[in-house]
Amino acid sequence: MSEEKQAFDTEAYYAQLKELQTLDFALVELNLYLNTHPGDMQAIQQFNQLAQKRQACAQQFEMQFGPLVNFGNSYSRYPWQWSETPWPWQV
Amino acid sequence: MWLYEKKLQYPVRVSKCDPMMAKFLTEQYGGADGELAAALRYLNQRYTIPDKVIGVLNDIGTEEFAHLEMIATMIYKLTKDATPDQLRAAGLGADFVNHGGDLFYENAAGVPWTATYIAAKGDPLTNLYEDIAAEEKARATYQWLIDYTDDVDLQDSLKFLREREIVHAMRFKESVEIIKADMGQKKVY
Repeated sequence: MSEEKQAFDTEAYYAQLKELQTLDFALVELNLYLNTHPGDMQAIQQFNQLAQKRQACAQQFEMQFGPLVNFGNSYSRYPWQWSETPWPWQV
Repeated sequence: MWLYEKKLQYPVRVSKCDPMMAKFLTEQYGGADGELAAALRYLNQRYTIPDKVIGVLNDIGTEEFAHLEMIATMIYKLTKDATPDQLRAAGLGADFVNHGGDLFYENAAGVPWTATYIAAKGDPLTNLYEDIAAEEKARATYQWLIDYTDDVDLQDSLKFLREREIVHAMRFKESVEIIKADMGQKKVY
């Protein structure tokens, strides 16, 4: 963790991570459901709404705690943030 | 192509060092009905399954990798502070001399993971019935694991995984019906 730059706010990290995990859970569920119920308009609407909300939530998380996705799907500050801890199994 | 997301699908917390429980959890890491076998089974079947259910196999197979990571996190956290003597007492002595602190794809009895766990029969319904059974077997395994620990934090994560097996089985059952309906239609000329 980058203690030398700014203190890692563990409490905020867990809280924001949980919010993201909650949104993502609903999105995984809707995605799997829609795979076998492609004609459910309401579920698609819910999926798209949550996807938008998710995007905002992930963006906020990344601003504070660094990139969530590799290979150019997230931005990095200097120095390279992707390989910084914590990795998921370390939290 | 896959992207890696730097987070677990669901939080994994453990309240104590428990190498014995870690040993039991390897059943879901490298066992016949474990997450690795599940991921590889579905992703391998997706190439030849009828188009209407490719997405089901693709996405559930992908989710299984997230579950594999959760199981790995449990095993890692339960063993990372264990001494070699504690590992030995938990029945992990042979693992320690071979793998040190590393995880290994094996079942709870120490049998290495094998591709014979993967069913690929070239028949969509046969494959899907296998997948439904695989989910039910994994669900049962999670139940035994939940019953085998008094660590409420660990139980919480295991319960999440148990519920996912139920949902996956449901989606596979629906896939069977989708394929059956499609087959029925094709017979009417």
